[in-house]
Amino acid sequence: MKQSLTLNKVTRFMGFGTLKPFTALFTGKVQKEDILTILKKFIVPIASILLFIGLWHAGSRALFNMEADYKIEKALTDQGQKAANEMKACIASGDISCQPNTLPSPTQVWASFQTLLKDHKVISADKLAFKEKTAAMNEKRVAAGQDPITYTGRPSFVDQIFTSLKTVFAGFLLALLIAVPIGIVIGLSETLRSSFNWLIQIFKPVSPVVWLLLVFMIVKTMTKDSNQDSAFIISFISVGLCSMWATLVNTAMGVSSVDKDYINVAKVLKLGAFQKVFKVILPSSLPLIFTGLRITLSVAWMVLIAIELLAQSPGLGSFVWEEFQNGANDSNSKIIVAMFVIGLIGFLLDRIMLTIQKMVSFNKNEGL
Amino acid sequence: MSTQTITQKPQSDELENGILFPSKVMLDLHDLKKVYPTPKGDYVVLEHLNLQIMKEEFVTIIGHSGCGKTTMLSMIAGLNPISGGNIAVLGNPVKGPGPDRGVIFQSPSLMPWMTALQNVMLGVNQVFPHATKAQRKDIAKYYLQKVGLEGAFNKKATELSQGMQQRVGIARAFAIKPQVLLLDEPFGMLDSLTRGELQDTLIEIWNKEKITAVMITHDVDEAIFLADRVVMMTSGPRAKIGDTLSIDFERPRTRKTVLEHPDYYKYRKHLIDFLEH
Repeated sequence: MKQSLTLNKVTRFMGFGTLKPFTALFTGKVQKEDILTILKKFIVPIASILLFIGLWHAGSRALFNMEADYKIEKALTDQGQKAANEMKACIASGDISCQPNTLPSPTQVWASFQTLLKDHKVISADKLAFKEKTAAMNEKRVAAGQDPITYTGRPSFVDQIFTSLKTVFAGFLLALLIAVPIGIVIGLSETLRSSFNWLIQIFKPVSPVVWLLLVFMIVKTMTKDSNQDSAFIISFISVGLCSMWATLVNTAMGVSSVDKDYINVAKVLKLGAFQKVFKVILPSSLPLIFTGLRITLSVAWMVLIAIELLAQSPGLGSFVWEEFQNGANDSNSKIIVAMFVIGLIGFLLDRIMLTIQKMVSFNKNEGL
Repeated sequence: MSTQTITQKPQSDELENGILFPSKVMLDLHDLKKVYPTPKGDYVVLEHLNLQIMKEEFVTIIGHSGCGKTTMLSMIAGLNPISGGNIAVLGNPVKGPGPDRGVIFQSPSLMPWMTALQNVMLGVNQVFPHATKAQRKDIAKYYLQKVGLEGAFNKKATELSQGMQQRVGIARAFAIKPQVLLLDEPFGMLDSLTRGELQDTLIEIWNKEKITAVMITHDVDEAIFLADRVVMMTSGPRAKIGDTLSIDFERPRTRKTVLEHPDYYKYRKHLIDFLEH
């Protein structure tokens, strides 16, 4: 019981709601309101998911039929009745070569998801085998001062996810390191704030694509004669630049709008500038800074996909783009799988930030 | 004080006080003026305000809302610039805020991310930079005990009730050992029961420390109970000192003896007559 209570606290703290009705189910003390809460909080959401899948299924079915009709019609006008009949039979038989290419159904997406997992297992096994095979040779190469041989095969879907996460964290860290110090400095000075405002207002709405091009121009020149991974550098810098604005604005606002009472206390006690900033201003603006960081992380994740897609740097974005270009029979459903994975990871990142944000907030009852 | 000590220590305060009256003055407000510029022209809040407060005197200031009491207090604290005239503490003109004038604000104004002890330490560290950390901690703990918070040293400010928060505020103000203590309606936000308890706490700690105090209040009974002298301000604009009333009850006082004193209702009537005038 005690364990379930702490678990309950954790889930509620992370914004996932209460588990109490469920623990009630297991401890056997079910009350009427517990059943109502279960109905409201779990049954209705599950019903909404089912409804969503049902609509999706119906929609993809309708699109499939439209595409099939179009294909048969085309065969009829181009090649005559016989070809049309063949096409019809081919589509009905489920032959891969003539399937209409449209919005995949939920079952196809699920199948693709499993294909991707299987693919990951195969590639991981491959990698492991490669590592074992080259281990002895690599040792020799390193001893001889040569670079070890690394696996250069195709990355699996799961590898792509981790590449994307790596890029987004690098970008987020960059945003944090740039935006928080600048935000504090311009938050402290009214003059600086008004003189930098135009810059923030103009650059904040610039599209990720333009940032990417700008970063590309600079990084391309700077990494000309090094063999660094410039695609990674370009994409994480672009992500950082696109997403840092929310943190910058929030930090500046938090620092400039510290409760006047606290400032008066600092004045009466004659705190030095350093103490005033670190003991009073920063702690009191921490909640707003973290609100900014939370927005930054979600923006970073969102623009990351677009930037990877454009920069051809490895990750989920390029996975989506490659699948789209690929045009294989299950490409569309793989794209939908990627879509769900992207959404789910974005949601989890936001929850993590929300949890941290609540931890630093000194007023725990404050609505967030 | 015997004559012998006076001859032995001719430079002592007592002798100077005996001969030179001005050195007994802790706080001197001379021809004080405050003007707020508005689009429709200047708004004069205070004008020709003269007030002298003696060492170890407890003065309460009473007046209608918006008459400029808080403005005057924040000018003494140095948080609000002076438009005319001057304010001097022990003869030195006030030039901005400083820990020689401790302030207890209307809202407790504690840093919510700090514990009660850390809040008091913030000031103590600033005023006693050469003391060891343990000594400073002892000072902070001593004053927190004095205001009845021995069990709450490590509680976050947000975990304390309003009344307890204001107790920390009192401890913070006394712990920096100011020359003058400025209290801006410190109990205005509390219910009457808590308010009574805090008045007792305040007067108890004040009896020990005897720090010159200036306190704004709306409450006539509070003004009489705490003060050596009640200063009445006229209503604004151009507010100034309207009247003063010496409260000659002996210290230490208890609520009971004050309420039962034959002069109590005389004082009370005097104040209420002024306010209703």
